[in-house]
Amino acid sequence: MHVFFHFGRYTKLMVKVFSRPEKFRVLLNQIFHEIDSLGINSLGIVIIISFFMGAVITLQAAYNIENPFIPLWLVGLGTRDSMILEFSSTIVGLILAGKVGSSIASEIGTMRVTEQIDALEVMGINSASYLIFPKIIAVVFINPFLTIVSIFIGVFSGWISGVLSGAVSSESYIYGIQYAFVPFYITYTLIKTVFFAFIITSVSAYEGYYCYGGALEVGKASTKAVVYSSLIILLFNVILTQLLLVQ
Amino acid sequence: MIEVNNISKAFDGQYVIKNISVVFETGKTNLVIGQSGAGKTILIKALVGLQEVDEGSINFDGRNFTSMNFKERKLLRQEFGMVFQGGALFDSLSVIENVMFPLKMFSKLTYPEKLERANFCLKRVNLDNINNLYPSEISGGMKKRVSIARSIALNPKYLFCDEPNSGLDPINAIIIDSLIKEITEEYQITTVINTHDMNSVMAIGDKVTFIYNGHKWWEGNKNQIMFTDNKELNNFIFASELTKIIKSKISS
Repeated sequence: MHVFFHFGRYTKLMVKVFSRPEKFRVLLNQIFHEIDSLGINSLGIVIIISFFMGAVITLQAAYNIENPFIPLWLVGLGTRDSMILEFSSTIVGLILAGKVGSSIASEIGTMRVTEQIDALEVMGINSASYLIFPKIIAVVFINPFLTIVSIFIGVFSGWISGVLSGAVSSESYIYGIQYAFVPFYITYTLIKTVFFAFIITSVSAYEGYYCYGGALEVGKASTKAVVYSSLIILLFNVILTQLLLVQ
Repeated sequence: MIEVNNISKAFDGQYVIKNISVVFETGKTNLVIGQSGAGKTILIKALVGLQEVDEGSINFDGRNFTSMNFKERKLLRQEFGMVFQGGALFDSLSVIENVMFPLKMFSKLTYPEKLERANFCLKRVNLDNINNLYPSEISGGMKKRVSIARSIALNPKYLFCDEPNSGLDPINAIIIDSLIKEITEEYQITTVINTHDMNSVMAIGDKVTFIYNGHKWWEGNKNQIMFTDNKELNNFIFASELTKIIKSKISS
């Protein structure tokens, strides 16, 4: 029953969020501000994570190929497809659920407990639309770029780690990353990223918006935002994979 | 003028306000007093629509707020100003941006005009040279004054203040009270103030409504309150040693 209550309240909140904004110029400024604060500021962590993920995938693949009949260029292919299909969208999505999700939930939660949201409502402003809509638009817009960056960094770090460790030659790796490339995989991962971006922002905003009490409750809302958005990302990962990849 | 007709509000079957009827007059400081938990905050939140009432109606100069839809309420709320207990200033905006915020959202003024109006409002509450500071960098009294400046930026018809001088020292509390009274009279606003501060009652209580256990228990003004024979109100106003001394002096 609890799930239905939250789903109903979440749906009602989203209806409020996607209603007509007060002023388009103000909305545009907010979207740019959120792109900077939630998107560009996440670039560093995305680069670092992707770099190490790509390197580890390459080394693990290379050291696990024991059969001499399996060519080593498969390491490059494996790294490329792993990054594109799963790591750059889902794993980076989970990391961003931690960083961006907790930031959104604590920001909106603090505004709730310090009556700033009430102040917006009393002024006649739709607080849900004013606070949440720009965040959703900003993250949905910027996350695909972060995913593309993550793919490139991961594949590049795989090449560096493979060559420097001597696990795979540069020629084999480059041949592998060019072999049997399926462009639809990029579309697939970008579709997943857009869904994940929406899940992270809307679920975290929901937790913050309905947070009542004090600092302790803001902390709890922030934790719930990360846990629930991560779980929903994992669930949607399965659903979207089934829908998009299975023929 | 705000007319409150028989409003009630219950949570889980428990009434927090019951059958309250009161008229808040224009150009006067209307005080709502009562102990913590008496229902004052629910009453003021019901007035501005942050809490829906279960029964009764609230009329703003003849306009029935309780029966309005979301859009109609939004329009009416642009005539509201509200000073929250903690100020409720937006942390991410500077003082001047906070005061300019309602102008940015609802006026068609140019940027220099908005700036001029915001500066005027800040001067009106005796604040100078803090335009670029953030709420975390100013004192509690200043926050309250910025909050008043923000609430009057759009020339409201109705001003609501939830314990505007709580947490302030007596001198700053008097400054805030006088400021609200001056603004109310100058702009002929209907002002409703929630307080449990007897200094405020005696200083600016043009009309005083005492709420006890969710019911309207007494109504009068600052001149009548000291001589009331209402037991619960007497217990409330003469709770402190200072007021007991004052009462004994008056009696003698």
